[in-house]
Amino acid sequence: MPPLAVPPVALGPLLPTLVVLAAAGLVLLLDLLPPRESKAHLAAVALAGVVGALLAAVWRWGRPGRAFHDMVVLDDFALYVHVVVCYAAALVLLLSTDYLRRAGSESGEYYALVLFATAGMMMLASAGDLIVVFLGLELMSLSLYVLAGLFKRELASGEASMKYFLLGAFASSFMLYGIALVYGATGATNLDRIAAASAGRAHDPLFMLGLGLLLVGFGFKISAVPFHMWVPDVYQGAPTTIAALIATGSKAAAFAALIRVLVVAMRGAQPDWTVLFWALAAVTMTVGNVVAIAQSNVKRMLAYSSVAHAGYMLVGLVAGGAPGTGAVLFYLLAYTFTTAGAFGVLTLCRRAGEEAVEVDDYAGLGARHPALAAALALFLLSLIGIPPLAGFAGKFYLFGAAVRTGYVGLAVIGVLNSALAAYYYLRVVVYMYMREPEGAGAVWAPSFAGGLALAIALVGVVLLGVIPAPFADLAQAAVAPLLR
Amino acid sequence: MRGLLSAVTFLPAAGALALLFVPRRRAGALRAGALAVALATLALSLPLFFGFDGEAADYQFEELRRWMPTLGIAYHVGIDGISLLLVLLTTFLAPLVLVSAWHAIEDRVKEFVLTMLILETGMVGVFVSLDLFLFYVFWEAMLIPMYFVIGVWGGANRIYAAVKFVLYTMAGSVLMLVAILALYVQHGAATGAYTFDLPVLARWVIDPGLGQNLMFLAFALAFAIKVPLFPFHTWLPDAHVEAPTAGSVILAAVLLKMGTYGFLRFCLPLFPDASLLFGPAVSVLAVIGVVYGAWVSTVQADIKKLVAYSSVSHLGFVMLGIFTLNQQGLVGGVIQMINHGLSTGALFLMVGMLYERRHTRLIEEFGGLWKTVPAFSALFLVVSLSSLGLPGLNGFVGEFLILVGAFQTSPWLAAVATTGVIFAAVYMLWMYQRVIFGEVTREENRRLPDLTPREWAVLVPVVVFIVWIGVYPVAFTGKTEATIEALIVQVQSKASVR
Repeated sequence: MPPLAVPPVALGPLLPTLVVLAAAGLVLLLDLLPPRESKAHLAAVALAGVVGALLAAVWRWGRPGRAFHDMVVLDDFALYVHVVVCYAAALVLLLSTDYLRRAGSESGEYYALVLFATAGMMMLASAGDLIVVFLGLELMSLSLYVLAGLFKRELASGEASMKYFLLGAFASSFMLYGIALVYGATGATNLDRIAAASAGRAHDPLFMLGLGLLLVGFGFKISAVPFHMWVPDVYQGAPTTIAALIATGSKAAAFAALIRVLVVAMRGAQPDWTVLFWALAAVTMTVGNVVAIAQSNVKRMLAYSSVAHAGYMLVGLVAGGAPGTGAVLFYLLAYTFTTAGAFGVLTLCRRAGEEAVEVDDYAGLGARHPALAAALALFLLSLIGIPPLAGFAGKFYLFGAAVRTGYVGLAVIGVLNSALAAYYYLRVVVYMYMREPEGAGAVWAPSFAGGLALAIALVGVVLLGVIPAPFADLAQAAVAPLLR
Repeated sequence: MRGLLSAVTFLPAAGALALLFVPRRRAGALRAGALAVALATLALSLPLFFGFDGEAADYQFEELRRWMPTLGIAYHVGIDGISLLLVLLTTFLAPLVLVSAWHAIEDRVKEFVLTMLILETGMVGVFVSLDLFLFYVFWEAMLIPMYFVIGVWGGANRIYAAVKFVLYTMAGSVLMLVAILALYVQHGAATGAYTFDLPVLARWVIDPGLGQNLMFLAFALAFAIKVPLFPFHTWLPDAHVEAPTAGSVILAAVLLKMGTYGFLRFCLPLFPDASLLFGPAVSVLAVIGVVYGAWVSTVQADIKKLVAYSSVSHLGFVMLGIFTLNQQGLVGGVIQMINHGLSTGALFLMVGMLYERRHTRLIEEFGGLWKTVPAFSALFLVVSLSSLGLPGLNGFVGEFLILVGAFQTSPWLAAVATTGVIFAAVYMLWMYQRVIFGEVTREENRRLPDLTPREWAVLVPVVVFIVWIGVYPVAFTGKTEATIEALIVQVQSKASVR
């Protein structure tokens, strides 16, 4: 009897993702075993998995690989996003343990689902095929739908989950339809083969319609206007840690996949989307910032701010090329530290046994907990884009790329939006330092792991602000091979 | 001496970092520590003055270190005759301000002294930066401590004033960021060298036309808001009046100078054609500010508001001097920047002293103070006269030079501006008369204590310089003249290259 021929399977390019998935499986197994009361050991396993994936990603740096007939592409671009996603997941996991225990919703599934979502994000970043894009997107999204509804007894949490699921399912079906049309037009789902098959077909209606539908799906995930309607309700209702994960990790992964589809799959057809993205960027920044001004709930405010930041990143896509695309990648890193930090402070503040989410809960925090208030102030200043913090460096690269490619008008809209955004970010600072609380204000809910997460985020925010160049140069080097 | 300038810049911030570890209940130690840091910074900055070669127009005490070479960003600092005086003004006022706030700030002393020290690093950093990126970092970063000073330790309407201050200044400066990027890109495209280095960019002759004009306007808007040039001054009365005394002094004496300094350091050498093109318009706005500020000051019922509006008038003079683009006007403008820092700073300090005693700043609440607090009244007289430009005191030197310069370029504007000097006498002396002379009308004013030794220590150094500059200005103008001559030559030669 002839030996069974086993096709060669290169698992190397999947290594970081596999580490996360292995940790997820381990968490599920361990959850069945004692001790059943405390789930801290599960959090530790999950964290170890994410950190392991992070180290694996750093280890693979500079050694691109492909697997499964080019369906998975682990190049430096994917690895950079892996690092961003792993940082986001690690910060979220550190923030989660004490937060969930206080909310009475500690469970093993939570950690497993966070890991599955993370694995989905990493698949998105390294997808070389539209099918893998869809797989990654669904793995990430389905996990996040469940996580958003984690607080089963809270109406808002259920609403968030339902809304996220319904609108997300819509977006997914748009995307799937788009994939089908592109396949119909080109006969391929692989990005490289789409590029080859669509060369010179910038005006093929079938192909363009397919790409347009794909963009709708991505627009939903990166929360670009007008596909941002779910954002405020989901961020508000979901557990704060999950809101942080949606704002950072899932946005980074969706941007990564969007960039890859835009740059690689459209290399052949080269449609001129600039006007479309220009308008999308301008509208997204402006709507996000203007609506954020009216929010009194800090989570909603951060939700609209995350819409606005998606708009800033779209400026980088308009500028294009290594400087523009690299700036988007660097911004994702800077934004992840800043936003995870800001949400992190929120998870550590409680008022009268409830989560402190209204802006007036934060009145007088500067006097009660100087270190915590200073941390939140720094994160908010970084979101405004005050130097020398990460947010400023990110915007500097984005708008620099826009000016360099001649989109000065868009850069002007961007910086004016930053000035506008100062108003609502500073309002939180006003409450923390310049107003007295009515009754008892929010207090710090002590958490060692949470404090550690904030410290890591703070170091990131300051480090990326003071010496951004090495990290931004890496980002540009990572996108360069894509652009060839 | 290499590294001296960096030491002066970062010593306050390093001191703030050290004071972070002093427990907050030890307010006395925090105050003393901050004062020691500020005095040490002053001591470090003195060699800058004595070691500075007034004959040379180059940047001195230059330091150039790698920072982000791939972008053409370097840590490049240095001073010339203009920034030298402003750095010294900053390091000179910082300890005085801390002493003046010794008892005025009782709440959150730790945060206050840390903020003031970080602010000092930011201010010095703005004046010494020779790299546009570095400059922008200091320029924006400095907003935040000032925002806290106004918003946390200010008066009743402090939050409104603080937010208005930040939004106004940010709106102006973000456009400057775009202009900085545009200049960087244009220079890089034209010469192949992508750099933010100011001396390199200033040597490059930029094409006249729309691009240069727009970049000039973006820079000018940022600076005009800071100065503030009429009609961008509306943030100023709120911020000055609501800020605590220490904040008002720093705001008036140093922060406003960043605007005028920006015109000198960036607008003129980088965009010479646009400067010549828009110069007349700026001069007209400056003169409107001179007269308008003086008129509005005249009718104020609150002494602090009066001093705040007088800044609009005085800074109008400075702007008029700068845009004469001749030797007298520019030297006068620079020296008037220092004068305004000293005399308006002193006025805010003394208004603060009155407020600490009576908890009001309304002119009608006072009267007859000469009889109850003679020493205060005498020093207040010197400072008021210096502010209105009495010959023999510092204000006269600056205004005289500015008007001499302005008469050469536009006699009509100079003539209108001269009325500002007269109105200055009107509002200052009328205020002085109502506050100090006459009968004591309020019983509370009879028991006012006169100056304490601490207050003497704050005011005497300022008054010494007010007289010194008035009698022997060459000690200071001598340091700047070569720089200004070179600046004029640079603007004229670059603008005439076609």
